[in-house]
Amino acid sequence: TEKLNFSASSKKAATKLTPEEKIISHNNFYEFGTGKSDPVENAQQFKVNPWRLSIEGLAEKPFTLDYDDLFKQFPLEERIYRLRCVEAWSMVVPWIGFSLASLIKKAKPLSSAKYVAFETLYDPEQMPGQRSRFAGGGINYPYIEGLRIDEAMHPLTLLSVGLYGKTLPAQNGAPIRLVVPWKYGFKSIKSITRIRLTDKRPPTSWNQLAANEYGFYANVNPNVDHPRWSQASERRISGAGLFSRNRIDTKMFNGYEEVAALYQGMDLRKHF
Amino acid sequence: MAQLHFFKLKPAHLPWLKCIIHLSALVPLLLTFFQAFNDELGGDPVSALLHFTGLGAFKLLLLSLLVTPLARLLKQGLLINVRRLLGLYSFTYALAHIASYVLFDLQLDWPLLLSEIVKRPYITVGFVGWLILLALALTSTKQAQRKLGKRWQSLHNSVYLAAILVSIHFLWSVKSAILEPTIYIVMTALLLAYRRDKFKRWFNKRIKNRQKI
Repeated sequence: TEKLNFSASSKKAATKLTPEEKIISHNNFYEFGTGKSDPVENAQQFKVNPWRLSIEGLAEKPFTLDYDDLFKQFPLEERIYRLRCVEAWSMVVPWIGFSLASLIKKAKPLSSAKYVAFETLYDPEQMPGQRSRFAGGGINYPYIEGLRIDEAMHPLTLLSVGLYGKTLPAQNGAPIRLVVPWKYGFKSIKSITRIRLTDKRPPTSWNQLAANEYGFYANVNPNVDHPRWSQASERRISGAGLFSRNRIDTKMFNGYEEVAALYQGMDLRKHF
Repeated sequence: MAQLHFFKLKPAHLPWLKCIIHLSALVPLLLTFFQAFNDELGGDPVSALLHFTGLGAFKLLLLSLLVTPLARLLKQGLLINVRRLLGLYSFTYALAHIASYVLFDLQLDWPLLLSEIVKRPYITVGFVGWLILLALALTSTKQAQRKLGKRWQSLHNSVYLAAILVSIHFLWSVKSAILEPTIYIVMTALLLAYRRDKFKRWFNKRIKNRQKI
């Protein structure tokens, strides 16, 4: 990882940051193995330069970014976000990146664009998890995710290229990943190569694998349990050791109440 | 049938064998807890601890179920003497597993513990399996064996049920990576298949009893 130039976060973190060591060693990135410590072990040889990220589909001006563009086309800023995993653990991460909205606006989306589809790099040579269904936890690669266009354009929605002042480590989704802080972590797709504007709701990887457990929206919601565990509380990974009382109540939309308007009139039990 | 002509287990070997079992079960357990206390067990020591103790309990349970077939196959009758020790270590790991869950994962949130046991089938199943292992551990002494007489054997036959419950608990607990649980389920199935005559006799007896009524 290399040092990045960015404008520091205007908001002070209300809670303590999760130590960098934890953020870069506890990852769900099945492309590099299904264990939490597999990615940090298997991703170190991952080549991110050269890279191509294309913005395509229902847009007037589709374009592609190469590796250097990722850091130069848009001004970078630090955003300290809570990350809530669907597995009921959470972290506080100082991301560096730019709004997805600024990227989408540059492509001039057509009014028919209702959804945004994302795709992770497909490269079984480099990503051992993609070589077989068994190695990759049953996911049909490449990993795909999607957002409604208004979710994608929300100012909180971030494309991240770094954390803790440096470019992203491979296991955290280098060179560029999505961060949607009010949704469960699996929505924040890593190592993105394609962003496509579309008029249909795109399929998403975890929803394809187990639709009864992982919905399209995946908004953090303490009132809707995962079928196999409660989502009412979470363990904040803090680095304070085994005896730290780090189980805290989970907040609606992970505490980002400003997104509530996006879902007005929707039954969030049905659209979980 | 295979037979080890060059080696015959003698009573004098047993303390050594037991010593090896003590060391290989206790040292990793203590070491893992030590690492967890010092936060040297990856990003989330709690989940690492849960995984290690749960899998350890399952491995030891399967080992204890392997003793009888192995003793017969290799004609080493004395091997039976280590079965109880392996079973007790399986329970020790299972105890560490449930203690880690209550102390470090749920952090003594008792209402949450109760609702999780009731609401989540994989936890219900795991908990019942743990209760069986607890009952077996408590009645593992010679004294209990004498006291319970015939009923002791029927009680301890529930170890097969425990093995099935633990398999289901493991399979249901994973998000999608089912390769590892599948391997364990196959091993469990093989060890149970070895007892098929026992199960047949048991079922026949049940049917007969029912016909009498």
